[in-house]
Amino acid sequence: MRLTVNGQPHDLDVEPEMPLLWALRDELGITGPKYGCGLGVCGACTVHVGGKAVRSCSAPVGSIKGPVTTIEGLGTPEALHAVQRAWIDLQVAQCGYCQAGQIMTAAALLAVNKQPTDADVDQAMSANLCRCGTYPRIREAVHRAAAALGGR
Amino acid sequence: MGRIRTIARRTFLVGTAAVAGGLVVGWIAYKWPVANPLLDDLDEGDATLNPYVRIDRDGVTIITPRADLGQGAYSMQAALVAEELDVAWGGFSIEPGPPSAAYYNSTVLAEGFPFPATNDGFIASRARGLGGVISKLVGIQITGGSSTVPDGYEKLRMAGAVARQMLLGAAAKQTGLDVSALRTEAGAVITPDGTRIDYTTLGAAAAEISAPSTVTLKDPKEWRLLGKPMQRLDTVAKSTGTATYGIDIRLPGMVYATVRTNPRIGGEMLSVDDTAAKAAKGVIMVLPITGGVGVIADNTWRAFRAAALLKPQWGPAPYAATQKEIWDTVAASFTDDFKDSRFKNDGDVDDAISAAGAQAISAEYRVPFLAHAPLEPMNAVVKFTEGKLEIWTGTQVPRFLQQAAAKAAGIKADDVTLHAQISGGSFGRRLENDYVVQAVEVAVAHPGVPVKMTWTREEDMTHDFPRPLAMSRARGAVQDGQVHAFSLDIASPSVLASQTSRIGASPPGPAITIVAGAWDQPFAIPHYRVTGYRAPETVPVSSWRSVGASANGFLHECFLDELMQAAGADPLRERIRLCTHDASRRVLEAVGELSGWGTPLAAGRGRGLAFTLSFGVPVAEVVEVTNTPAGITIDKVFVACEVGRVLDPVNFESQVQGGVIWGLGHAMNAEITYADGMAEQTNFHQFYGMNLGQAPVIVVKALETATEVRGIGEPPVPPAAAALANAIFAATGQRVRELPLRKQVRFV
Repeated sequence: MRLTVNGQPHDLDVEPEMPLLWALRDELGITGPKYGCGLGVCGACTVHVGGKAVRSCSAPVGSIKGPVTTIEGLGTPEALHAVQRAWIDLQVAQCGYCQAGQIMTAAALLAVNKQPTDADVDQAMSANLCRCGTYPRIREAVHRAAAALGGR
Repeated sequence: MGRIRTIARRTFLVGTAAVAGGLVVGWIAYKWPVANPLLDDLDEGDATLNPYVRIDRDGVTIITPRADLGQGAYSMQAALVAEELDVAWGGFSIEPGPPSAAYYNSTVLAEGFPFPATNDGFIASRARGLGGVISKLVGIQITGGSSTVPDGYEKLRMAGAVARQMLLGAAAKQTGLDVSALRTEAGAVITPDGTRIDYTTLGAAAAEISAPSTVTLKDPKEWRLLGKPMQRLDTVAKSTGTATYGIDIRLPGMVYATVRTNPRIGGEMLSVDDTAAKAAKGVIMVLPITGGVGVIADNTWRAFRAAALLKPQWGPAPYAATQKEIWDTVAASFTDDFKDSRFKNDGDVDDAISAAGAQAISAEYRVPFLAHAPLEPMNAVVKFTEGKLEIWTGTQVPRFLQQAAAKAAGIKADDVTLHAQISGGSFGRRLENDYVVQAVEVAVAHPGVPVKMTWTREEDMTHDFPRPLAMSRARGAVQDGQVHAFSLDIASPSVLASQTSRIGASPPGPAITIVAGAWDQPFAIPHYRVTGYRAPETVPVSSWRSVGASANGFLHECFLDELMQAAGADPLRERIRLCTHDASRRVLEAVGELSGWGTPLAAGRGRGLAFTLSFGVPVAEVVEVTNTPAGITIDKVFVACEVGRVLDPVNFESQVQGGVIWGLGHAMNAEITYADGMAEQTNFHQFYGMNLGQAPVIVVKALETATEVRGIGEPPVPPAAAALANAIFAATGQRVRELPLRKQVRFV
């Protein structure tokens, strides 16, 4: 099957039921999306498919119909996405393991909601677990990224 | 302060040596014959050198032997060296270094003696010094106990200062100028005419300069890095998906594995039907390992899927099988047979409480088992080739890991190479080596290629070594509006006994963790007693962020709140009145000011206070809640703490906020319970802290008035649960004496 990830087409010869996460990580070597729970409850594996946030641990690779963007494709250290910039400026990450998923979730939110309220942020981000407790900085970073993207 | 002779009294000295094309600076350990980790051919008699700085043509390298588990330890260690070395922030590489006894931690055991952190007296300081000696003798290279900063605060700055001095000496020799005419800046020596001589060109010559017999550390007023907001070195990588955790390691020819072992921890596997697993796509090998089965495949998910097809018969648990039986075991431990410690025994508690008669107050409290559940599940990459092991994984105990892996493979510890990795959280989990031993067993069966062993979340959560459960029986009396008597009996298994039993040791003396954060609190209650009862170990247990104090902060501070309520005393003013320790009093006063304690709150709102002195750090927290029709919301938390000196204000605040959220979230929602010998919670839908929408605003104030510099990873945790429960009482009148609170309280 054909899978476009971060603008690069790939041919994959795997079972269609293989979760997208493991196709990315073990078949394509794209390790930004993380395995945390395998049930879609922690959000560490979040990627974009056709611009929408998707939990790649629970999405069969055979069901993926659009282009996939992972944290590596959102922006790079040399060319950061505004959300990544905000995450860096506010030093959100502690262990950092959940942050790829947090950033992808926040970027998907800001793509459809330019000026999220506190309640919008709480709503959108509450299903992404962070064991280190970076939530106060995540909140602040989402608002900062929104401002940088011209929402206000 | 800051002179070598100060350090020398603590039995180590800054040493230096030449390496190919460069200089290495570190610590000489006197009369202590251990192998040198980086300098195999160094001949220093019985003194050895543990490098923290290496300068050669390739650049400046700072060795950061304490593990980075998310707490920012790599950046902090590097900053301590870089401050004195005068290298630009980020103008160097960092390496975790190899496992070595030379990287012993002189602080972590020092707090394991029955002297409160408030006691600086002769016996206490001697005993703490002895802790350093013991730690050195056993060469414990450990990350834990919030010890990275206190252990490295002098050591690492001295290493940087000595290296700088030698580079200056080399530059003086090269230019014919006097050292006093030279200065250093951003990785270079600068001559009076502004010429920059890069450190990397001076490394080899510097190695020929005699190490200075004395260096003076910078006055903190001159600090460029320390004490100012720093950008952690890992921030960009962790925000762009380019940080490599152990689970992300990829090596040529690598295969993927997982394991399934008896969820009754330590139990055997009686038999297994592996027919379907062996036939599954991508499976390379199914093999027996201790207590279960390993599956090697060509993809992690295929290994997971095959492992799920195994039909194992598990043997019984080597402990009481149900949560009720486990609680009964703890409840039955409040007897002389199990009495373990009574470090606090002021006045005559029994008399005072009997004198109070029917007015005496008593309560029983319970806290549950809790899993560490770092978001990165346990994993390790292991390659076994020709009798030698290479291991890529995150660990808090590199040398124990090396020994455990060697034993599992039947080889010598010297034949184990560890490539230490950053960890996606740990909270104490990576003090254990079970996952490494399993990965070694699997890799030994499939030699010659690297094997990446990853646990499923279910394997991880059901094979945690949890924070032990604990129960307290508290009694007390009040008099004239004051707390008059407080007796706290705590029963819990010993974390240290459980942990050390897994490395074949048994610690002497009482188990401090059973009463830590309770017996050592700075209050002059006239009749005040804390007794520890060592409950038999049921489920094997381990250290969990803030260890014994994680439970005891709740047990001590909620009952103290009950007594103060009964006395009609203000919880803040009464604590301040009782407080015997200046730094702790300042912290209490600060949190009062910060939180507007005493100012009126709207109806349905409540404020709770708790205080715990742990790891030498007094922390006071005020939690504000609102009782809404939909349940309790946690609105704001105010934290005041005293660490002597804040070395990185940004990361400091993150650690405090994270610790508070850790403490509150688990108190609200989390427990591990056992049925049929197995953890009943298998994934994050059943075991979770708080989510972002529940997170309060957390206002942090650090006092920097104490003389000792302390770590902050753990101390914010213990008061959090108690402050929340006390706030819920203030808002609702409901006193909750068992965690998690959600059993009795609804949260929004």
